[in-house]
Amino acid sequence: MVSIDVWNASVDFPIFDAKSRSLKKLALGKVGGKIGSEGRVPIIEALHDISLSLKDGARVGLVGHNGAGKSTLLRLLAGIYEPTRGQSRIVGKVAPVFDLGVGMDPEISGYENIMIRGLFLGMSRKQMEKRVDDISEFTELGDYLQMPLRTYSTGMRVRLALGVVTSIDPEILLLDEGIGAVDAAFMAKARDRLKDLVKRSGLLVFANHSDETLLDFCDTAIWMDEGRVKMHGGLREVLTEYKGFDPFDRMSTEQLERLGYSSSTVLSGNGGE
Amino acid sequence: MQAPSTLDSPEAPPAVKSRSFKRAFADVREAWDHRELWGHLGWQDIKQRYRRSVIGPLWITISMGTTALALGLLYSVLFKTEVATFLPYVTVGFIVWNFIVGCVTEGTDVFIANEGLIKHLPAPISVHVMRMVWRQVLFLLHNLVVYGIVLAIFFTSLNHEYRIGESSPLQPGLSWTILLAIPGFVLLAVNAVWVSLLFGVISTRFRDIPPVVNSFINLVFFMTPIVWDAGVLSRVTGGGDGDWRMLIAELNPVYHFVEVVRAPLLGHTVDWHHWAVVGGFTVGGWALAMVILRNYRARVSYWV
Repeated sequence: MVSIDVWNASVDFPIFDAKSRSLKKLALGKVGGKIGSEGRVPIIEALHDISLSLKDGARVGLVGHNGAGKSTLLRLLAGIYEPTRGQSRIVGKVAPVFDLGVGMDPEISGYENIMIRGLFLGMSRKQMEKRVDDISEFTELGDYLQMPLRTYSTGMRVRLALGVVTSIDPEILLLDEGIGAVDAAFMAKARDRLKDLVKRSGLLVFANHSDETLLDFCDTAIWMDEGRVKMHGGLREVLTEYKGFDPFDRMSTEQLERLGYSSSTVLSGNGGE
Repeated sequence: MQAPSTLDSPEAPPAVKSRSFKRAFADVREAWDHRELWGHLGWQDIKQRYRRSVIGPLWITISMGTTALALGLLYSVLFKTEVATFLPYVTVGFIVWNFIVGCVTEGTDVFIANEGLIKHLPAPISVHVMRMVWRQVLFLLHNLVVYGIVLAIFFTSLNHEYRIGESSPLQPGLSWTILLAIPGFVLLAVNAVWVSLLFGVISTRFRDIPPVVNSFINLVFFMTPIVWDAGVLSRVTGGGDGDWRMLIAELNPVYHFVEVVRAPLLGHTVDWHHWAVVGGFTVGGWALAMVILRNYRARVSYWV
């Protein structure tokens, strides 16, 4: 059973400047009595008192201004940061797609990068070898997979990363912004695959600024503000609060139709679908 | 209104504590289960380093060969010993030393260098340590080619009883005991893992440690019997009453680690006390590393 539970979790980053990070300061600091070594290190409270319970099938959009703690929250949910205070429990195989430049070696081929990413996400070599054809077909990179990654455009890297995570059946999929770099045609393809993935007993948390993308993938949303969960609920309500207007109001009929809403339900209805 | 996952306040906090030996052991165990990952990454590191060079990893072997040759010739002249036995001695000592120094210096840097991976992909932190130690093992395997060549050249001087210096004990010469180098090296590698775990975590928090280690490691090289033979220590004092000078070597843990691998490869007898010291360090060191891992494992991703 896939789930993420977080209880009153806080994430505080100690900011060591060059001086407080040295042993000398720590040793000398002891002489003066109770000048705590930790107490003198400035702390950035990136997340404050977060409580969440995400279950199987949850498709959560993550919104908030820059620096509101979206990426840090995603890393908390991935288990990369363990909360400084409070608790977290993650059950399930996590596949994060965060910064696309990292975890990929620019000098080695796309194929090798697929391999390494897969291994990092808990697959074996054999399992990955079986999936390579599938990934190469999905990403449409073809012979480019033999080229070193530095020759790839941003969009091609996104394709590669998405290809890997969607091929390995992760139970928890965490996507940060930046996925928007792919073109519309590929996005449509990825959308089907992601949706399919979420349907197969998964959990998706997706940080994104585009209403359209969020409405497409998610049904609930979390609004982060200054390291706290400001609002958590249905996607449409959260977006309405966050933006100050109903996201459907400013969409063309075309967009609505593509998203699978008919304009009449939107106009008459409240609350998403 | 649908809300499959809302703020329905979760019940009691789970019993899993972040700081527990269970989590520390789990980290090491999971890292071991990921051996396909670090095994692959270690190879990748070597291939990467020599990607566009013509003879590639052969450079590792060549540089070791020239260094061993030069040092062996120089010091056999300085100490007036026979080249045929002293050159293999220096070569093997230097190969083992290279492994140790690689593990220690890169160990201090192991988490700092992997900052990106640590912050972006969830994995046990010991994975990075094992990748680094594995890479050093691969370097050592490349260097063993030099050992093979040296052995082939000087085999006739090593396959019977011989001594390195005048005051050194008589050594039995090469025999099946060469196989003892395998358990010796396994112990050395196991120790390399805890050393870099320990130094890695501390260095991530205190960035002064890597430069300190880097400057002291050279001193350790000269203090360790690698380009000189431990027997020399008793010779300069003229025998028996100079035993305290042996402490220069005996108190240096690196000496014992070098000895358990080097001695079998040269057909020397390994004194039992070397095994005892190495065994003691294995147990004590891992215990210390587990305590550090228990307390600071979760902090590493904050510190890098």
